Amino acid sequence: MKNTDMVVVGGGAAGMAASIEAACAGAEVVLIDENERPGGQLFKQIHKFFGSEVHRAGIRGIHIGRDLLKEAEEAGVQVRLNTVVYGFFPDKCLGLMCNQHTEELQAKMIILATGASENVLAFPGWTLPGVMGAGAAQTLINIHRVLPGRSVLMVGAGNVGLIVSYQLLQAGAEVVAVVEGLPTISGYGVHASKIRRAGVPIFTGHTILRAEGKESVERVVIAAVDKSWQPLAGTEKAFEVDTVCLAVGLSPLAELAWMAGCQFIYIPEIGGWVPVHDENMETSVPGIYVAGDLAGIEEASTAMEEGRLAGLAAAEALGCLSSKDGRARKAEVWERLAALRIGSFGHGRALAMEKILRAKGVG
Amino acid sequence: MKKARAREGIRTTGIPSKEELEASPGYPKSDCLARGPIVVIECVQDIPCNPCEGACPSGAIKVGNPITNLPVFDVEKCDGCGTCIPICPGQAIFRVDMTYQTDEATVSFPYEFLPLPKKGDVVQGIDRAGGAVCEAEVLRVQQPKGFDHTAVITVIVPKNMAMEVRSIKRAKR
Amino acid sequence: MRIDDHPILGKAERGRSITLTVDGSPVEAFEGEPIAVALMASGHRVFRYTTKQKGPRGVFCALGRCTDCIMIVDGQANVRTCVTPARDGMVIEKQFGRGPREEKG
Repeated sequence: MKNTDMVVVGGGAAGMAASIEAACAGAEVVLIDENERPGGQLFKQIHKFFGSEVHRAGIRGIHIGRDLLKEAEEAGVQVRLNTVVYGFFPDKCLGLMCNQHTEELQAKMIILATGASENVLAFPGWTLPGVMGAGAAQTLINIHRVLPGRSVLMVGAGNVGLIVSYQLLQAGAEVVAVVEGLPTISGYGVHASKIRRAGVPIFTGHTILRAEGKESVERVVIAAVDKSWQPLAGTEKAFEVDTVCLAVGLSPLAELAWMAGCQFIYIPEIGGWVPVHDENMETSVPGIYVAGDLAGIEEASTAMEEGRLAGLAAAEALGCLSSKDGRARKAEVWERLAALRIGSFGHGRALAMEKILRAKGVG
Repeated sequence: MKKARAREGIRTTGIPSKEELEASPGYPKSDCLARGPIVVIECVQDIPCNPCEGACPSGAIKVGNPITNLPVFDVEKCDGCGTCIPICPGQAIFRVDMTYQTDEATVSFPYEFLPLPKKGDVVQGIDRAGGAVCEAEVLRVQQPKGFDHTAVITVIVPKNMAMEVRSIKRAKR
Repeated sequence: MRIDDHPILGKAERGRSITLTVDGSPVEAFEGEPIAVALMASGHRVFRYTTKQKGPRGVFCALGRCTDCIMIVDGQANVRTCVTPARDGMVIEKQFGRGPREEKG
């Protein structure tokens, strides 16, 4: 069986950042991704990022993705694409599958950066062609340059729903409305303002009742909801649309962490079941680290910082970095992470992170 | 039992209310508008974000630490260059020139749609709610490479619409 | 419904033109793009029908996780069209239920 210093599972924002830090510190790093190209969600983010200069604010996600890819290549990271890590076996042995061919790879350190999947919302008609995840629509328009439909109802006014609505407009689709069950918009107000200016109404306190159509979506009916999310009679509104996008939250893709025996904690604010980790992103299983949306749903900027943190910590554990250098480099990342977890939007996530550290026994 | 009605504002409508705007340190007082072209920062939420601070060559925008602070706009230092407009990731910065003509003002705003209008086009001026509120003549369309695909469009509008118009109606592709 | 020009992404760069056969009819595609993309670009939205309810299904997750987009490709059933690259001459068929019991070829 082959073995290596470090395997990073998942080549998105967190995985690439982790690989770069570890490889630059001198570790032998294999980065594995099930897709035919790395980058995860980054190459769909065509908008300019927030944060400060150190977080690359004002730069579009796609450029950040390209820069990370280049850095990973230059750092000598071995990238294996079209490869699924299907299993976690004793002694940090991973089962890989590529092109119907399986093999095993053992690593001293493993960083899981497998991201998250979109949640679903079931309603009559939800299986009709034309109903899809908001992320799916984003993949179609920004990666594959094809419209999912001509007129869209967006369900959910978190950042994903608002951003994808804007990007659908940029791609040439019509967004007839955004519905949000909560009484307030949970995404950034500026994202909502952009689509309001573009003529898209946002119905807070509303949900989708059903999608109708013979072979695919032709029409939707929405209604206002009360505090218990029950539809209010007489408030139904119908829209002629051919596409419904569901932006109703993300959940960590945590199968490998479960298989590895990691301890979990349930925190709804960051996606539900997340693997417990310490301030170095190390889970309850020594030598297994987590980073990015797998460690709690946040943003691309926090994913990259957590990736760097896990990469540095794992490299230090391997002996590639002195504990003095490791501590200094990690301190810079902790500071950058902390700067993103403040204010009305960040505070809740900071509390969630504290809960995780306490569960690990280090809070 | 009296039910408190949520105050209509950015969290309920996606549009900053007049009160939220006037409370923001980036939004100039109305008497400043007579000075000439100045920037209007409509940033009302504490998102960790500060590229406007670094972008301004005159130091007219201060965010400081923590980066969730709302940008503080110093109208004395602003010369209306508009460098901050394409930089703001939230597209929340605009420029208004009330001194353009007796009855007309100009409004500059970020724009990321196709097709781009051309100088001289007469289009519909749109307010924050996406409503067409007046005619707007396109004075200038700037989209140098450094803006990274964010165009800055300047339109001429009736003066009393200068603090309402924040975009133009998108043309059919 | 292809997006040939885009305010941020610019003009689309595509692979060479190829032809697929979809339920007996030719469909233009570009080499290497996911089969599902070629289908959606040419107005095909129904990819298969479910076994019991005979419900129409199409793209849902667009990244190979949900299996709603599966079709019969070159005789092989259950192919996830949203992550399978299109190749010249591929034969694509709507899948009814679980697909044929035996794999051909």
